[in-house]
Amino acid sequence: MQLKLSMLAGAALLVAGGVAQAQEQVVKIGHVAPLSGPQAHLGKDNQNGAQMAIDELNAQNITIGGKKIKWQLVPEDDAADPKQGTAVAQKLCDAKVAGVVGHLNSGTTIPASKIYDQCGIPMVTGAATNPELTKLGRKHVFRIIANDEALGAGLAKYAAETLKLKKVAVVDDRTAYGQGVAAVFKREAQKLGLQVVSDQFTTDKATDFMAILTAIKSKAPDGIMYGGMDAQAGPMLRQLDQLGMSNVKFFSGDGSCTNELPKLSANAKSLASVVCAEGGASLAKMPKGEDWLKRYNAKYPGQYKLYGPYVYDATMLLADAMKRANSVDPKVYMPVLEKSDFAGSTAKIVFDERHDLKDAPITLYNYPGNTKTPMN
Amino acid sequence: MDILLQQIINGLVLGSMYALIALGYTMVYGIIQLINFAHGEVLMVGALTSWSVVGLMQESMPGAPGWAILILATLIACLVAAVLNFVIEKVAYRPLRNSPRLAPLITAIGVSILLQAIAMMIWRPSYKSFPSLLPTEPYQIGGAFITPTQIMVLGVTAVSLAILMWLVNFTRMGRAMRATAENPRVAGLMGVRPDMVISATFIIGAVLAVIAGVMLAMNYGTVYHTMGFLPGLKAFTAAVFGGIGNLGGAVIGGLLLGLIESIGSGYIGDLTGGVLGSNYTDIFAFVVLIIILTLRPSGLLGERVADRA
Repeated sequence: MQLKLSMLAGAALLVAGGVAQAQEQVVKIGHVAPLSGPQAHLGKDNQNGAQMAIDELNAQNITIGGKKIKWQLVPEDDAADPKQGTAVAQKLCDAKVAGVVGHLNSGTTIPASKIYDQCGIPMVTGAATNPELTKLGRKHVFRIIANDEALGAGLAKYAAETLKLKKVAVVDDRTAYGQGVAAVFKREAQKLGLQVVSDQFTTDKATDFMAILTAIKSKAPDGIMYGGMDAQAGPMLRQLDQLGMSNVKFFSGDGSCTNELPKLSANAKSLASVVCAEGGASLAKMPKGEDWLKRYNAKYPGQYKLYGPYVYDATMLLADAMKRANSVDPKVYMPVLEKSDFAGSTAKIVFDERHDLKDAPITLYNYPGNTKTPMN
Repeated sequence: MDILLQQIINGLVLGSMYALIALGYTMVYGIIQLINFAHGEVLMVGALTSWSVVGLMQESMPGAPGWAILILATLIACLVAAVLNFVIEKVAYRPLRNSPRLAPLITAIGVSILLQAIAMMIWRPSYKSFPSLLPTEPYQIGGAFITPTQIMVLGVTAVSLAILMWLVNFTRMGRAMRATAENPRVAGLMGVRPDMVISATFIIGAVLAVIAGVMLAMNYGTVYHTMGFLPGLKAFTAAVFGGIGNLGGAVIGGLLLGLIESIGSGYIGDLTGGVLGSNYTDIFAFVVLIIILTLRPSGLLGERVADRA
């Protein structure tokens, strides 16, 4: 008898479960970042951030429009390649995702954003910092991190006013990101009376910088601005040592401002000359940064690189807008997303008329004792 | 002047590494007329293996001298890469030996992509820092700087070329190689076993790739799963530049390409008053290549059939 009863109960549970299932709605959120190629380590961090947000959302049992929502991440790889980026964007459009988080590189985000805009899917990036992205008037494009104008200008100001340098050289890696941050630095530096003595270029796949660094050396600058990623900045610092240029100040944007940099430069002496800028506050100064990192490390130990918290916030922000609009239809929740006032882990997220983060903070870092440390 | 000297040193070091890789391309091409596009990936596997070995040894034997770790790690990586290249040849190239030339070229590209993907799974996609095993303090020569690692790169290239020349020109194996290069069937009739010679060539190619990979890792300090692609492409260019199939040509092509790149990117901006920048380095190098090839279609030293191996 006992057995029968429990069986009955089990069957009842099954039926109830079936009913609950029917009330459930799956909401797909697309995520794009390079998961292969030289920037795969940064892309993985982003994906972890998004997945963490999805898992936490699922644990909250959110109901939208009377239906229990099951959140699902659709992770895609753009390999930091603009061509693959647009292909993946089209794929997400066709899959009718409710929103997209990404991409990581400005070079892929800008062309992909056109596709999202055309098919009416809101896209929030927490990593692409090229100013152009939000200047194109694409309605569905949002950014929750400071853009390169803020980074480049902040570094130029620091070089001119605090360090009182006279001559600087500029190197960029010819990507949309590198070019953008270096160009703003150059423009602001010249405005502040700094002399730009050398303009050099490399690529985001190069490892040999001896020739351009030697050319820079012949102009004897007090500082070098590098627009590019950490994978190049590391060997570059090591090669500055090799050329006896360890004392030249080395500036860079957020792409090279990582915890990996000391390792990638094999603790080069030049590391002591690095000053780099990152959008947003340091993890320690983010409203919920430390707590976020604790949860992240519990899930993905040792994988935190850079943009994880921003991607996490971007995902949460989309869900928040859907909740407030009480709809997962992009057409309905878009206007609500525009008027977000969201207390994120990284910052308070309010958009300006270009869909850029209002009053985006930036922080300068250096590497005393070979660890990334925020300055004041 | 010291700047020019520095650029020449930069160019020679870079060129030596191209030369080491180009030697591997040229060896294989000389014997079976196959452009082994997976060569760069064998280099990468070698460099990553040596990185793993160095890491393990530094952990298990703290205090062991850097050069000893370096030699042991290189030897182990050579062994791994040799086995790998042997298997690649057996699986991906040998069955296609009598197919049209395009078929093995495509499998070579396939193997290259496969190796990259496998390496990414084994070693994870992140950039890894290769520890400095030699002293990092640079020497100063007339205002220019050169590090012990760079001196080693130059030395190793010279020694590798000398050993290879001796192997090809003065040993029994070398004679078999030259015979196979000329005509595998006739060589077979004369008692040479072409399959064995070809396998040996791939093993030697793997060893050269590992040496080049370790040099690259030592000099630039990073290893990652796509590190073989760009140097591989440049070295292939160097091999064609010097005359593919010719050992001396590979070295001359590599050194020249390195010098052109380094001097080109160092001076192109000043020479053109800032109109062209260092982003035009590759164009500069390839324009030189096009000019040379239009004047001498078979490269600087030509493809002297009897010499190729």
